[in-house]
Amino acid sequence: MTKRLVDTANHLAGYAAKAAKVKVVAAYPITPQTTVVEKIADFVESGEMDAEYIRVESEHSAMVACIAAAAAGVRTFTATSSHGLALMHEALHWASGSRLPIVMAVVNRAMGAPWSIMPDMSDSLSQRDTGWIQFYCADNQEVFDTILQAYKLCEDEHVFLPAMVCLEGFILSHTYAPAKLPDQAKIDDFLPPYKSGWVLDVGKPSSHANLVSPEWYMEFRYMIQEAMENAKQLIPQIDREYGKCFGSEYGGLIEKYRCEGADLVLLTMGTMGSDAKLAVDELRKEGLRVGSARVRVYRPFPVEEIVKLAAGTRMLATMDRHISFGMEGFLGSEVKASLYGQKDRPLFAGFIAGLGGRDVTAATIEKVAKKSLKMLDAGKVERETEWVDLRE
Amino acid sequence: MVTMKELPKEEYLLKGHAACAGCGPAASLRMLLKALGNKVFLIVPACCTTVIQGPYPFTSFDVPLQNILFESTGAAASGVVAALRQRKIDDVTVVGWAGDGGTADIGIQALSGAAERGTNFIYICYDNEAYGNTGMQRSGLTPYGAWTTTTPSGKRERKKDMPMIMAAHKIPYVATACTAFPLDFVNKVRKAKDIQGTKYNHLLAPCPTGWRCDTSKTIEMGRLAVQTGLFALYEVENGRFKLNSPSDRLIDKSKRKPVREYFGGQGRFRGLSEQDFAKIEKWIDEDWDQYRKLASECA
Repeated sequence: MTKRLVDTANHLAGYAAKAAKVKVVAAYPITPQTTVVEKIADFVESGEMDAEYIRVESEHSAMVACIAAAAAGVRTFTATSSHGLALMHEALHWASGSRLPIVMAVVNRAMGAPWSIMPDMSDSLSQRDTGWIQFYCADNQEVFDTILQAYKLCEDEHVFLPAMVCLEGFILSHTYAPAKLPDQAKIDDFLPPYKSGWVLDVGKPSSHANLVSPEWYMEFRYMIQEAMENAKQLIPQIDREYGKCFGSEYGGLIEKYRCEGADLVLLTMGTMGSDAKLAVDELRKEGLRVGSARVRVYRPFPVEEIVKLAAGTRMLATMDRHISFGMEGFLGSEVKASLYGQKDRPLFAGFIAGLGGRDVTAATIEKVAKKSLKMLDAGKVERETEWVDLRE
Repeated sequence: MVTMKELPKEEYLLKGHAACAGCGPAASLRMLLKALGNKVFLIVPACCTTVIQGPYPFTSFDVPLQNILFESTGAAASGVVAALRQRKIDDVTVVGWAGDGGTADIGIQALSGAAERGTNFIYICYDNEAYGNTGMQRSGLTPYGAWTTTTPSGKRERKKDMPMIMAAHKIPYVATACTAFPLDFVNKVRKAKDIQGTKYNHLLAPCPTGWRCDTSKTIEMGRLAVQTGLFALYEVENGRFKLNSPSDRLIDKSKRKPVREYFGGQGRFRGLSEQDFAKIEKWIDEDWDQYRKLASECA
C-alpha cells in the first residue's frame, strides 16, 4: 500500500535505500548529509532494514567499503556532501573503473575555504569526470524516486556504472514536504535483486583491477564511454516505466516546461528548476514567451535534447549554481559545446547564481529572464557570463 | 605447531609470478596461502604484490583478490566482511595484505578504523622497510640509518612501533613474524584465523633488491634480524604479551648476536658510523627492557 508522509529529502533518501533493500551502507557524517545516515542507522538498529551499517572513519573509507562490498556481491549505498565528496575523489574513479553499480546521495554543499555549509553544486560538479552518472533533483519526492531509478539503471547490464543522486543542502535536505512511498511489493517488481557484472568469490578465483598495459587500458575506458551512452538511452525508458508503476515521472534527461514556441528557454539544474516553473508562469502572464528546461541528468550529458531544444527557440540562458574558475559555469559550457555543430544557433547567455546558498527565488529567475530578453531584443549579448545579485 | 612435512602440497601462489629474485614477501605469501587454503578473500592495496600478480589478463593467484586503493585496505576489509555476512558466507577468511608504507603511513587511518570497528579479518603488514614497489623510498617503517632513494645519506629517524600501535587498539590478537621463520608465521596465521575480530600480523620480509644484499641472503638476513634482537617474535593475545622462539631466549643479552653481523650484510647500512651503532645498540637494549617487563607482567 502506498504510504503518504511529510518528511525531509534526506529522510526520503534513507527510505529509498531501505526500499531498494540495500545490504551494505558505509558512511561518515558531514553536514548537511547527516540526517540521511542517521535515518538509515535507525532503520538498521530497529531491524526495519536488513543491512550492515559500517561506521567508517572517513568518506574515503566509506566509498572504498562500498566498492569492496559491491565487489563481494551486494547492493550498497552511501551519502555525503562537499568536502566529504572531495575526499572520496580517488575512490570515485576506482568505483566507476571497477564498473560497480553503487548509488550515492550527494547533498550539495559549497566547498571551502572559507567554510560554508550552505548549498551549491561545486562539490558534485567537480566530480564530473570520475565516470559517475549524475542526477540532480528538484524536490523531495524526486530524491526518493531517483534513487530507485538509479539502482535500476546502474544494475542494467548495458550500464554497470555508479550514480550520484544530488540534492541541494537545506533547500531540500532539511525541508519537510509531502511525499509518497509506493507499495514495497511493487518496488520489488520494479527493482529486482542486486545484479553486477562480476562478483569476487571463492571457487572462481580472479584478481580484480590488477595492472593493465597500454594494450588494454584504452578499451576499458572506451567501454565506460559506451556505458554512458547506453545510460542516456535507458534513463528516459526507466523514468517512463517508473511513472507507469508509481505515477511520478520527470521527463527523463531534461524536464521541459512550457518550452513550445518560447523565445527564451531558461536552463537550470536542481531546485532552481522548480522556481523556474513559477517564474515562467508569471512571465507568461505578462505575455513574455519564456520556457524552462531543467537538466536532470548531467552525466551522461543530454546533448541531443539540448540540440532539439535549441532548434525551437531564439535564445538559451543557463543558470549555474557553480563556477569553473577561469571559465564559466559547467552547464553553460556544456550547452554551448552541444550546439557547436548546429547551423542556426540561438543567442546564448550564462548566469552564475546561488553560490554558497545565496537565495535564488522565482523573482531572481524572472529578473534573469527579463535581462536575457533585453539582450534578445538588442540581438547581442554583452557579457557571456553574468553573476546574479553580486555585491558591488 | 605445524611441521614442514604437514604443510599442504597445494600451491595458491602460482608459478610465473612477477616478484624479484629472492623476494621475502613472495616467499611468505606462498606460506600464507598454504596456511589458509583457498577459502580466502585477499585484499591488496598498491604495493609490490600489485606487480607480483602479473599484468592483466593474467594472475598468479589461485584465490579471489581485490586490488584496492593504497590507503584503504582496512576499509575494504570492512566492506567485504559485511557483504559476506549478508550473503551468509561464514567459511571464508578475509585477509588484508599490505606493505609497510600502505600500513604505517598512508593506510594507518583505515587500518585503525577497521581495528576499532572490530572487523573480523587478518591484516598482514609485510614490512620490507621502504616503498619497494616504487624503487625504495623511505617509509615510516624504514629503520634508522638505512639508505633509501629519498634518504641518500641514511634515515635520521626511528622506525614506528607498528605492532604495539595495533596492540594499543585492544584487538584480540597481534603477532610479529619473519619470512625466515615460515612455520612460526604459518602457526600464527592459523591461530589468527580462529579468533573473532581484527587480527594484526607484522611480518618482517627481507628485500634483497632494496636492502642491497645478494638474492641468496633473504633468509639469512631475516634470521639475523631476529637473532640480533633487532626484531622480536612475539604475540599479544587478549592483552597478554608472550615472546616466541627463538626470541624468548634473547632476554638474556649474551644470547643475542652482534648487530653488526646484520648491518654488515646489507649495502643500505653502509653509511652507519660508530655513533650510529652505539645508538642502535642502546635502543635494542631499551626495547628488550620493555619486552622483559611485559613478559614478566604477563607470565
